[in-house]
Amino acid sequence: MTAVGVEAVGIGKRFGAFAALSGIDMRVRPGTVHGLLGENGAGKSTLVKCLMGYYRADEGSFLVDGREAAISRPADADALGLGMVYQHFTLVPSMTVAENLVIARGQVPAVINWARERAALDEFMGRMPFPVPLDATVGTLSAGERQKTEILKQLYLQRRLLVLDEPTSVLTPQEAEEMLAVMQGLAHGGTATVVIITHKLPDVMRFTDEVTVLRRGRLAGRGATAGLSRSDLTSMMIGEPHAPARPERRGGAEAAIRLAVRRLRTTGGVGQHGLDIASLDVRAHEIVGVAGVSGNGQKELLEVLGGQRPFEGAVTVGGIPYAATRRQSQALHVRVIPEEPLRNGCVPGMSVVDNLNLRLFDQNDGGGSRRWLDAGGMRRRAARMIAGYGIRAASIDAPISVLSGGNVQRCVLARELDGDVALLIVANPCFGLDVKAVAEVRARLMAARNAGCAILLISEDLDEILELADRVVVMRSGRIVHETPAAGADPHAIGAHMLDAHAATPAPALA
Amino acid sequence: MPLLAILAATAVFCAFLLALGRSPASFFQLVWTGAFGSWFSWRNTLSRAAPLLLTALCVAVPAQLGLVVIGGEGALVLGGLSATWAGLQMGGAPGPVIQLAMAAAGAAAGAVWLGIVGVLRARRGINETVTSLVMAYIAIALFNQLVEGPLRDPASLNKPSTYAIPKAAVLPTLPGLDVHPGILIGGVACVLCWLLIARTTTGFAARMTGGNVRAAQLQGLPVAWLMVGACALGGALAGLAGMIEVAAVHGRANASLVAGYGYSGILIAFLARQNALAIMPMAVLLGGIGAAGGLLQRRMGLPDAAVLVLQGMIFVAILASETLYGRIRWFQPRATA
Repeated sequence: MTAVGVEAVGIGKRFGAFAALSGIDMRVRPGTVHGLLGENGAGKSTLVKCLMGYYRADEGSFLVDGREAAISRPADADALGLGMVYQHFTLVPSMTVAENLVIARGQVPAVINWARERAALDEFMGRMPFPVPLDATVGTLSAGERQKTEILKQLYLQRRLLVLDEPTSVLTPQEAEEMLAVMQGLAHGGTATVVIITHKLPDVMRFTDEVTVLRRGRLAGRGATAGLSRSDLTSMMIGEPHAPARPERRGGAEAAIRLAVRRLRTTGGVGQHGLDIASLDVRAHEIVGVAGVSGNGQKELLEVLGGQRPFEGAVTVGGIPYAATRRQSQALHVRVIPEEPLRNGCVPGMSVVDNLNLRLFDQNDGGGSRRWLDAGGMRRRAARMIAGYGIRAASIDAPISVLSGGNVQRCVLARELDGDVALLIVANPCFGLDVKAVAEVRARLMAARNAGCAILLISEDLDEILELADRVVVMRSGRIVHETPAAGADPHAIGAHMLDAHAATPAPALA
Repeated sequence: MPLLAILAATAVFCAFLLALGRSPASFFQLVWTGAFGSWFSWRNTLSRAAPLLLTALCVAVPAQLGLVVIGGEGALVLGGLSATWAGLQMGGAPGPVIQLAMAAAGAAAGAVWLGIVGVLRARRGINETVTSLVMAYIAIALFNQLVEGPLRDPASLNKPSTYAIPKAAVLPTLPGLDVHPGILIGGVACVLCWLLIARTTTGFAARMTGGNVRAAQLQGLPVAWLMVGACALGGALAGLAGMIEVAAVHGRANASLVAGYGYSGILIAFLARQNALAIMPMAVLLGGIGAAGGLLQRRMGLPDAAVLVLQGMIFVAILASETLYGRIRWFQPRATA
């Protein structure tokens, strides 16, 4: 297996009247790490889907190893050794990691010799930079572990060109660096050419050899990374050289504790941690960031605070025991913004208006509950939120699932930050959003904090926590293992606590 | 989409008729005559449609929460039986009082029966489709046991039945139409259910839960209560259908009550895409096809089951079209990719 080069020549792709790509040229030389950059909607995903045979390009052609390659279906890309790690996972949730790897092969014998496969997998896993438990059921893995498994799957299938779509967004800095270094090693060693789709400029600067930048479906620039600066890349991506301003932090934490968690325990399921948190406080005018490698109890903590998981111990809001019923959360002004808002916080089949009213559909604006829906009031409320948050929707009566990720997140923010908010619990609010939307979401959260809201920010993106939080706590194996003020905190020290760097093996992700 | 499915099912059924050596043209003409051709057939159609309206609601109401409850038959027979029992207890009372008591008893029996299904689903996560179906078999067995045992009128020899309900309790036909009032009750129930689902906050909460239960939980909605409530309401409506069958048609509870109305209701609810208002025309259509059964038997020598074959084919076609509907949307690439 040796790395292959790929060239795109004049690729164009239309969806109806919408030109997703036009005249794209990209040259990925064999044995290099190539960065494919652009904001969401710039056409990166469409371009690689054409390369992988999921879409058929309307114009232009692909050259693989200098020869024109007809790629009209995924099997063609497979045969050429082109592999893709998607943002959306392609594993079978009910099967184990080992089973997923073995069935991913093109030809699997009718009777699988598991002893032999197992030995081969153990040997393979030993060569890999990050461990994933082979016997864990994929459905019980967290997003980060699934992403790692996806990458391992492509390596296991011995691809000659790997396309990674935002591969580091759920990894710790150390893991991300390690993983990108491994990718670089694979590429420079001539094993596989690597194309990385990413927003993270530091990663691009450090680990890529060349870049191609797309903007609104057109080629915005390309060249050797060494000859480009960060501001060059930024201006190619968003058109004008400006980095989003850091949101201003005003005022300090108050003495009164808004959210208090004491002796919280939950029982763990298969492959999941039980929580065991002695004490966690969030004060008014304060953002507490919960850092940690995904799968260390963050999901469970969110479920406890959202009323979806039974627990022992005490959770109080403003001194009042809190059980997350509708009446309580409304009386105490507690809001929850879950990760992947379309999947967890919206009803995809309902309209934008209905989704903006999920929280207040049975209330009048002035207070007081309703038995009959107030269609006019709901529309007025939705219109106010759409204007206030700049939500772009072709029709407010269309299902919310047709909106882009950034606009869905805007809808959820508009709904949950509306009115008085005393306590906000938010998980991975910027996952999968483009540069502009990320800056906007973070500014909204900071504005809520500055207005006196207490915010518990659970995030797998350490940069985000360091940017927003006043105080950082680190979760590992369902416990809080480290706490530090965010100002002047050392990311590598936090990373060491996330990974349990004292132990012999990095991050035993499962109990 | 449902229209296409019906056309497809009709085409397959025509082939089936041709294979039997019968003319599809005369078949459909007879169905038309038997269902809607005369006032007599209209009357037959409407009295068959009456229980179908209610049993279809029994499917469509829980469907708002994403529950597939197919045990309306069980709620119907137990509703009919307990309504009969209530009517027999109240011998001397005035007619309307007995009728109200019977309706309450029928609805309560159905509500409890399917409420159990809702509790099992909400508390234990047991699949409501399976439990409701199995509970329907249990209900029918219980019904037969009681009708042939403790509640049997010894005078009913060939066809074990309960005692007849008091004459005063029999529902009078609608003035001037000679049709029993079930069709009116069913129609009103459809409109009320539509209002409940589409226009009230409770209905919104139910649709929200059906669309994404995680989002509903996060907003603190009482998901378990909504599930139990929707199942119980569906059961109450099917139980009411049983009461109407007893009070307006049979005058007593016997095996005629186990006529498959609960199962036809599933078909109608799916044809109507779980829309309470759309149930009305669909119930009349299916009631008409059922009403034509006798005529087909006499004129074409087709077995009674021929119309069941047609119903079955429509059902399969509808289910297939639901799947294809999703597929076709899935194939359309999103413009924002």
